[in-house]
Amino acid sequence: MKYVDEFRDPELGRVLAGEIVNLVEPGRHYKLMEVCGGHTHSIYKYGIDDLLPENVELVHGPGCPVCVIPMGRVDDGIAMAHQPNVIFTCFGDMMRIPGSDGSLLDAKADGADIRMVYSPLDALRIAMQNPDRDVVFFAIGFETTAPSTALTLKRARVEGVTNFFCMCNHVTIVPPLRALLDSPDLRLDGFIGPGHVSTVVGARPFEFIPVDYEKPIVVAGFEPLDVLQAVHMILTQLAEGRCEVENQYTRVVSYEGNLRALETLSEVFELRPHFEWRGLGFISQSGLRISEAYADFDAERRYEVPGVRVADPKACQCGEVLKGVIKPFDCKVFGTACTPERPIGTCMVSSEGACAAYYNYGRFAREREVV
Amino acid sequence: MSEPTAIGEERSPIAGEERSAIAGEERSPIAGEERSAIADRASTGPQSPRVSTAASPGEERSPIVDRVSTAASLSREEKVRGIIETARAKRGKFRDEHVTMSHGAGGKATQSMIEGLFVPAFASETLRAMGDAGAVEVGGARLAMTTDSYVVKPIVFPGGSIGDLAVNGTVNDLSVAGARPVALSLSLVLEEGLPAAELRREVDAIAAAARAADVEVVTGDTKVVERGHCDSMYVCTTGIGHVDPRAQLSPAALRPGDRVIVSGTVGDHGTAIMLARGEFDLSSQIESDTRSLWPAVDALLSETGPALRCMRDATRGGVASVLNELARASNVAMLIQEAAVPVEPAVAGAAEILGIDPMYVANEGKMVVFVAPEAADAALATLRSVRGCERAAEIGEVRTEPPGMVLVETAFGGKRVMDQLVGDPLPRIC
Repeated sequence: MKYVDEFRDPELGRVLAGEIVNLVEPGRHYKLMEVCGGHTHSIYKYGIDDLLPENVELVHGPGCPVCVIPMGRVDDGIAMAHQPNVIFTCFGDMMRIPGSDGSLLDAKADGADIRMVYSPLDALRIAMQNPDRDVVFFAIGFETTAPSTALTLKRARVEGVTNFFCMCNHVTIVPPLRALLDSPDLRLDGFIGPGHVSTVVGARPFEFIPVDYEKPIVVAGFEPLDVLQAVHMILTQLAEGRCEVENQYTRVVSYEGNLRALETLSEVFELRPHFEWRGLGFISQSGLRISEAYADFDAERRYEVPGVRVADPKACQCGEVLKGVIKPFDCKVFGTACTPERPIGTCMVSSEGACAAYYNYGRFAREREVV
Repeated sequence: MSEPTAIGEERSPIAGEERSAIAGEERSPIAGEERSAIADRASTGPQSPRVSTAASPGEERSPIVDRVSTAASLSREEKVRGIIETARAKRGKFRDEHVTMSHGAGGKATQSMIEGLFVPAFASETLRAMGDAGAVEVGGARLAMTTDSYVVKPIVFPGGSIGDLAVNGTVNDLSVAGARPVALSLSLVLEEGLPAAELRREVDAIAAAARAADVEVVTGDTKVVERGHCDSMYVCTTGIGHVDPRAQLSPAALRPGDRVIVSGTVGDHGTAIMLARGEFDLSSQIESDTRSLWPAVDALLSETGPALRCMRDATRGGVASVLNELARASNVAMLIQEAAVPVEPAVAGAAEILGIDPMYVANEGKMVVFVAPEAADAALATLRSVRGCERAAEIGEVRTEPPGMVLVETAFGGKRVMDQLVGDPLPRIC
């Protein structure tokens, strides 16, 4: 595949890995967090861990949008899906996220009309094809996917669609990062910055990380060479005693971001005073809701839902995993009560979740050769 | 929750000792030294201002705490892996409240339904072997029998239709069991209002595929249901074949060193169906690979005889599911070279865009062949001489450790697990 294979060249990978070995101080342990679930997935999918020196550890951060949805929101979604005359639409990953009493997939088997879509526009299309039904789209994601939801609502208005509603669970990237950095039990040397989010917000919003917390951050792409190069760039900063925002993903990300997308976001959404994150609790100004101007499309204003905050399951340690305090296998229920088939915590649900990635891809003794 | 833990504890005396010995000898001294070196450097290194701002009584202690927790978490990681593998080695249990789409996807949920519900209910030794076809003795003749229902949507797709699948899918289940297909039954469930032209077209397709595969349709049944109670048409075929005396196949026969061969490019059928649904606004020339595998099996049996350990057609769940099933059945490991797996560029492109691994995508005319190492070259050459298998390739090898697992050496040079499928990426592909 042109424009993809170039970034998966194993020869270049070996060269880069060799340079990384030369960069690390022997005896020093490096903990780098990849913020985005997409990076977690790449790291496992390509076995990038194998190419790094033993003392460079990658910690999986909170950037999997599916993983951070709390149970109460899933329950609210299921309540909407069970309303008569509703077609409920969401992304595939979202279907298996457990609420307090089952997932959307269970609700579907129970008779709710729940359909998997690949884009919010698909949901809008369903609404236009079924004018006598209410179609609800369960919107999730960081600033990466929020513009497509915003554009879909704008399109719905232009087309005069009145039976399309959005349950907005969009979140923003900076507040949770700040919450993480403020957390006293966190020990990290640097960040691999989220590439997809940065295509929209740019690299500038991450300036607080070096300025306020004196940690380097490198915004990176998702191919294996991107990730390796980002590690190289962070380690170079550390070796030279610098800490800055750097952009490895220049082929897609500009420093200022996508101004038109940002403008659309501020037109359609507004910040919630606070939003609950699975495992991280309430974080101020970290979630988006639909603005007054688009209130007609707001599913939360249309439907009565329980709106009950459900505490994370006691046994689940997703929060500590998300903060990088513990590794997935340190969790009490990892791999036994909590598996990809029957997830308890959301880190186990999406393939981008730290626990699911470890369970699916990393579950073997790397020290022991395959014989 | 409590059950797997208990089992893990039972097991840990055996696995635990071995593992902690490894962890103790090789890892912790080095890790420990590394850690204390960090502690030294932290107070003197170039980043010392940062460290000291953060330093608190708790912070000072942390290098030691870190070291302890690293040693503990290493053994915990080993222990957790042991628990997981023990839990996974057990027969699946069917505990779901509803049947969901994932029970039909050919992955873990399907397996738990078969192992937890069907196999115990019917108490048949032949069924327990869970081959693609069951073998029965009838008047001294060894026959293989298999059955399959086809619910694919849309019923016509590039490269074939539901009628082709209904013949080839059943013929292939017999073929990979080492049986020469002889006869088929044909059951049709038709939706009220189905255009007669569509029915006629599918009957013609069935007849043509049966002729091509040299099997006879000898009996049949038809039901019609109200509109909306089935989707155009469902087809069920049952097949009977003669078990070939040259075949000595068993899913438990794999030995370390055996080679893993696929009979051609993987993921074509599932991708063709997915794109034919038109949900993605992607267009391509990808065609389903539906065809009979008997000619390929016939040639392999002649060429390699008893060196042929086992074959599976890689339908739902794809090649990855076959590998996992057999790794478990033979209690062996497999190491697959990702770069050696043949994938059509268009299939690779679609999979890339949709975030799907072609190894999990269904095929309808591809099989995975396990063969003794000395016969691997001959098997590969034989396969490549058969029509439809020109791009057969050796993709990996059977190993001993870690038992029951499939590992992949990625094209980029790292390793990872290739697990059973969870959930259902693509419903109703066959």
